[in-house]
Amino acid sequence: MLKDISLGQYIPGTSVIHRMDPRLKIVLTLAYIVVLFMAKGPLSYGLVLLTLGLIIVLSRIGVRFVLRSVRPLLFIILFTAVLNMFHVDGDVLWSWWILKITRQGIETAIYMALRIAMLISGTFVLLNYTTSPIMLTDGIEQLLGPLKRIHVPVHELAMMMTIALRFIPTLIEETDKIMSAQKARGADFETGNVIRRAKALIPMLVPLFVSAFRRADELAVAMECRCYRGSEGRTRLRTLKLQGLDYVAIAIAAVLAAGIITLGVVLP
Amino acid sequence: MIETKDLRFRYSDTLPFVLEGLNVTIKRGSFVAILGHNGSGKSTFAKHLNAILLPSGGKVLVDGMDTVDEDRLYDIRQHVGMVFQNPDNQIVATLVEEDVAFGPENLGVPQKEIRVRVDEALRAVGMYDFRDRATYQLSGGQKQRVAIAGIIAMRPRCVVLDEPTAMLDPVGRREVMRAIHDMNRTLGITVVLITHHMNEAVDADRVLVIDHGKLLLDGTPREVFSQAETLYRADLAVPQPVELIYALRRDGVDIPGDVLTVDECAEALYHLLKSRTNTRG
Ligand SMILES: Nc1ncnc2c1ncn2[C@@H]1O[C@H](COP(=O)(O)OP(=O)(O)O)[C@@H](O)[C@H]1O
Ligand SMILES: [Mg+2]
Repeated sequence: MLKDISLGQYIPGTSVIHRMDPRLKIVLTLAYIVVLFMAKGPLSYGLVLLTLGLIIVLSRIGVRFVLRSVRPLLFIILFTAVLNMFHVDGDVLWSWWILKITRQGIETAIYMALRIAMLISGTFVLLNYTTSPIMLTDGIEQLLGPLKRIHVPVHELAMMMTIALRFIPTLIEETDKIMSAQKARGADFETGNVIRRAKALIPMLVPLFVSAFRRADELAVAMECRCYRGSEGRTRLRTLKLQGLDYVAIAIAAVLAAGIITLGVVLP
Repeated sequence: MIETKDLRFRYSDTLPFVLEGLNVTIKRGSFVAILGHNGSGKSTFAKHLNAILLPSGGKVLVDGMDTVDEDRLYDIRQHVGMVFQNPDNQIVATLVEEDVAFGPENLGVPQKEIRVRVDEALRAVGMYDFRDRATYQLSGGQKQRVAIAGIIAMRPRCVVLDEPTAMLDPVGRREVMRAIHDMNRTLGITVVLITHHMNEAVDADRVLVIDHGKLLLDGTPREVFSQAETLYRADLAVPQPVELIYALRRDGVDIPGDVLTVDECAEALYHLLKSRTNTRG
């Protein structure tokens, strides 16, 4: 259903990965990306793959979804890989006119493809699939908290995200309604060239915008009635707190990262 | 207690006055219904009760606090909560309990206490079992009850509801009306209910009728609805039993006493028919 868009790609669940503190997940995802770029050679890549495998198994979301995350970028991954294949100098295996393929080229291409695939699937499993947008917003707000001191409107940005998430289903429902109403009056959204179809959307967008502004206005008054005055003096129903589980995750992540860096950077 | 003294208001200096001198006193713990046709100034009046709008003339006092006193602004808004017509435009959060927590969070209530208040408020409106649902999955009546819970969680003395059932189906309307009456009876919260549905006003302690920014009628439902003539002139309907009896009387049928509820109406008609059969027989 279209409405479920506000859940993003979140797949509800209760696995250990789901239950981890969103702040920690954001930090670990960043660490994962950094470490991924430090990997070099089959051993360290193997360890990254093992890490990814561990995350996927623990998250219990199924390989199907992991593959789905990579699929839209398959073309770019292959394109980059092939480009690299012809690009790298070394022991020539095959050549024709100005094109040549080297052993090192093939190696680079494979590593490159693996790296991008692992980057995307790791990020998706840790953030998109196992963290709800609400948790993500909370996590980002608290992580960026210190930036408030240099007058970055962290709370305001997070509140904007929260409200946007809350209103997406409402506006989608409304779009559906207006579209049906226009169709009932003979509007045609499906045939004709791009320009014709874009034009048919105008009578739909105008009421949608008018209503969105009215909603914004009413919401602002409702928030004022509920004593909203920014982050000043505000408490929260839920605050994030690292649990035992999170400390275990930190320990495991540290060991794996150390292993990958040793195998990738120190040993070669 | 809320008091308005000669309250006058206009949206700008060039526009005519929307409220033209309203003197209203709302007693602690009472249930007051406000009637008036579209554009008579009901919503404008409501927004004065918690300082969303400030008077152009006259005064509004909430438990003795003047609404123009900026230092008391958040006290006033915490004392007098407000629920609006469209539930979709007053729910802030994606999850039910997070939305109910929004008010207490803004008031800086300690975390443990927020939890207690949220659970209490959700129980008070019968939405506790829905606490971890997404708000967009709820029906209109359920959303409106969540909105009411969001206000209850702020522990107000008074809640002003501006046509809270106008967008709901009959089932949702019943649920919401029950929640409003419960809030008044069991929690002792003063209720100011603006409504278009006459039968929702029948159960009030007191009914105010606003017409063109002036107080047209003020009294118990019985007193107000006995003035069918005046209500019709203000473009208002009256409850169906009242309407029926009014029409009969207008056509010369003699019905004694005043009639407000369906039961009273049935009783009156029963006596009428019985007396007719008696005289004929
Ligand atoms: N924001 C505004 N700016 C100017 N005029 C307004 C505004 N809101 C309402 N009015 C006018 O004030 C009058 C009373 O409106 P309102 O209080 O909403 O009535 P009610 O709630 O009884 O239908 C109407 O004539 C309306 O056009
Ligand atoms: Mg109104």
